[in-house]
Amino acid sequence: MELKTKVNAEDGKQEIIITREFELPVNLLFKAYTEAELVEQWMGNNVLKLESKPHGAYLFETKDAQGNTLFRANGVIHEYIPNQKITRTFEMEDTPFPVQLEFLEFTELTNENSKLTIHIIYKSTADRDLMLQMPFAKGINMAHNQLQKIMTNI
Amino acid sequence: MNLRRDVFQAIADPTRRAILLLLASQSMTAGAIASNFDTARPTVSKHLQILTECELLEKEQTGREIYYQLNPKKIKEIADFVEPFRQMWDDRFNKLEAVMRNYKSK
Repeated sequence: MELKTKVNAEDGKQEIIITREFELPVNLLFKAYTEAELVEQWMGNNVLKLESKPHGAYLFETKDAQGNTLFRANGVIHEYIPNQKITRTFEMEDTPFPVQLEFLEFTELTNENSKLTIHIIYKSTADRDLMLQMPFAKGINMAHNQLQKIMTNI
Repeated sequence: MNLRRDVFQAIADPTRRAILLLLASQSMTAGAIASNFDTARPTVSKHLQILTECELLEKEQTGREIYYQLNPKKIKEIADFVEPFRQMWDDRFNKLEAVMRNYKSK
């Protein structure tokens, strides 16, 4: 089976490109990124702010059961073209990671299929490589914890 | 068939990962490898077969013995640190898809 999500990270570059095809019409794919309630469901964060428009800003947060902040990220939206494009910054608060620039492109493939291309530019190659290694340390655990929480709630 | 995916499935098994670690410093015969595990010898053989099929291991005949050794080229491929990152996004996007399908059918 072909991998659905692809990550292209060339050696020595300070960018990565993530692509994914969805069995969703492009408007629903776009909506998943622009409505707070939906973002919360699939990202697993609390969305404290999400102004889906040019010059808008967003703020995401994750807290543990004791109310400690585990993750807080913010950014501003530059370009915003419904069902086509979002250009935004992304910065994780209280981490050594500098802000990154993200180009999100939403492409209609058929009435029922769409493609997302995320082009991320990091401050340096080292920052990019560090970010790629994150899931080893944290991301995978977080995803598993999240999954476990969902499964125990069923 | 996606060979790359098979490689990652191959290393998802803890015994197979242990075999790779064991062979990191030296090449060994099947018997010598099996003696490091409580698992039955045929089970270890099966693991060796899988690892060889996806080219993580190479076999080398020395006299009457067959030695297993790591294929450095393939090992480098799995050491590719992008994979956990990719899987993280894949999980996330699978969820997005599920959430939006549910949303659509509401």
